[in-house]
Amino acid sequence: MASKRTKTFSITTIPGFTFMAIATFVILYAPIATLVIYSFNGGTSVAAWGGFSTKWYAVAWENSQVQEATLRSVFIATLSSAIATTLATMAALGTTRRGKYKGWNFIYLLINQPIMVPEIVTAVALLIFFASIKVATGYTGLGYLIAAHSAFCIPFAYLPIRARLEGMDLTLETAAGDLYARPFTTFRRITLPLLTPGIAAGAMLAFVISLDDVIITEFVKSAGQDTLPTYMLGQLRRAATPEVNAISTALLVLTVILLTAFFLLTRKRD
Amino acid sequence: MAQTAEQKKAREGWLLSLPALTLLILAASGPLIIIAIYAFLTAGEYSGVIWDLSFKAWFQVLFEKDIFDGTVSLADAHLTIFWRSVRLSLLTTLLTFTFGLPTAWFIATRPLKQRALWLFLITIPFWTNLLVRTFAIMEVLRVEGILNKILTGLHIIPEPLQILYTDTAVLIGMTYVYLPLMVLPLFAAIDRFDFRLIEAGYDLYAGRLTVLRRVILPIIRPGIVAGSILVFVPSLGAYVTPRVLGGGKKMMIGNFIELQFGAGRNWPLGSALALILLLIVGIALIFYVRASASENKDG
Repeated sequence: MASKRTKTFSITTIPGFTFMAIATFVILYAPIATLVIYSFNGGTSVAAWGGFSTKWYAVAWENSQVQEATLRSVFIATLSSAIATTLATMAALGTTRRGKYKGWNFIYLLINQPIMVPEIVTAVALLIFFASIKVATGYTGLGYLIAAHSAFCIPFAYLPIRARLEGMDLTLETAAGDLYARPFTTFRRITLPLLTPGIAAGAMLAFVISLDDVIITEFVKSAGQDTLPTYMLGQLRRAATPEVNAISTALLVLTVILLTAFFLLTRKRD
Repeated sequence: MAQTAEQKKAREGWLLSLPALTLLILAASGPLIIIAIYAFLTAGEYSGVIWDLSFKAWFQVLFEKDIFDGTVSLADAHLTIFWRSVRLSLLTTLLTFTFGLPTAWFIATRPLKQRALWLFLITIPFWTNLLVRTFAIMEVLRVEGILNKILTGLHIIPEPLQILYTDTAVLIGMTYVYLPLMVLPLFAAIDRFDFRLIEAGYDLYAGRLTVLRRVILPIIRPGIVAGSILVFVPSLGAYVTPRVLGGGKKMMIGNFIELQFGAGRNWPLGSALALILLLIVGIALIFYVRASASENKDG
């Protein structure tokens, strides 16, 4: 309705707003575009263009530290998002469609706590806590990172699952009950299939959040447990090479793929 | 009967949530209590703590004692860091709003079919690794980076500027990485906005700026509050961006906290600083909840 009138006098036009908006999109994407373009730089410096080449991808691919960090990142993200999604699905079922019972607010607050507390605070708290457990038990494996990642991924998995549950139609479940299906059968055959897009979306968000984490990982990891982001953070302190651009671009592509899938999953069907 | 059905629902709710709560208490919330305790202990000689009650950490937050004559004075270095953190976080909030409002407005006034695409374009940078984005902006700000090339090429500045490792770099970086956090809630507020109100404003002979100031801004206030909190809180606790773009010299509270657990070897001071940060964030969140609650009541 409003768009038809744009040519004469649009009530939704505010002077300068369109210019600022376009500028914002340019500002948001120009640095990322530069990063991607320079990852194909054949030269050795990040400043001078030395012709198109994919050599830095090959360099990154063959770097054993990058390989190990990538595998570790994917391993932690896979396991943590699986744990977080399972726990978040249960918690979403426990906090949705049953009214606000006693303690509901407490549960909700605790689940969302990792989003609210600054990551650096959680990171130092975990550093102290896990350091004392490391001393007491002698165990220094990946368990600490997986526990920490699983915990802070819970709210990110929880939110889309809960949103899906709240929007779900109750009639099918009521019908199943009327047809004498046992509660567990109803859950397995009706609720769970309907909930699957929400669970998949939650798992994907959890995976991305775990894969991207820098601060908590940096504080919790033991020696030799670099993930891809902490490896990159270490590299940034030294002279930058296009190798980091290549790794960043690869991470970027992975994020965009996962996000596109997430949007297709959560898109409202017409 | 109704009573027991309700009790059953509550019991099931607790049981289903219990595994998640247990993990959260073990690996996220519980350890925060340790910080609250450590802030009142004595610093160990090399690291860690000695289990003696002490308020020294809280004293050290603001003051320092001369080792030789014992005079007490304000810790200038600490005050500089606090001031930088607050100032840069406020400026980041202001800058993200300046760019975020027109952007959110632009998206909300697109035809319905285009809107999802524009929103998606805001969401991609939001979910892109923070480190990758910080690194991208670092490349742009370099002495030999794109920004300096453009500015010198256009003869706006005679020679490349050293932007990296200054407060300005940290400000630009935080504005860049937190911008989507401002746009999304602003969009949500404008999306619900009744555009007939603007028409009414014009019918009553209001100018465009008056309509913006007197009609639009007051109505989308919940979105402004939400966006500001969402940007201010992570800015105040920022660690990665100041570390990379500030080059370790332009510290913010987050880096200062880390320092106490590393080279500073003062875990109680680090814990006290973390508690202060937590407190400020808590106040901001309470403010946010109350602001949004009162808006819901009015609307």
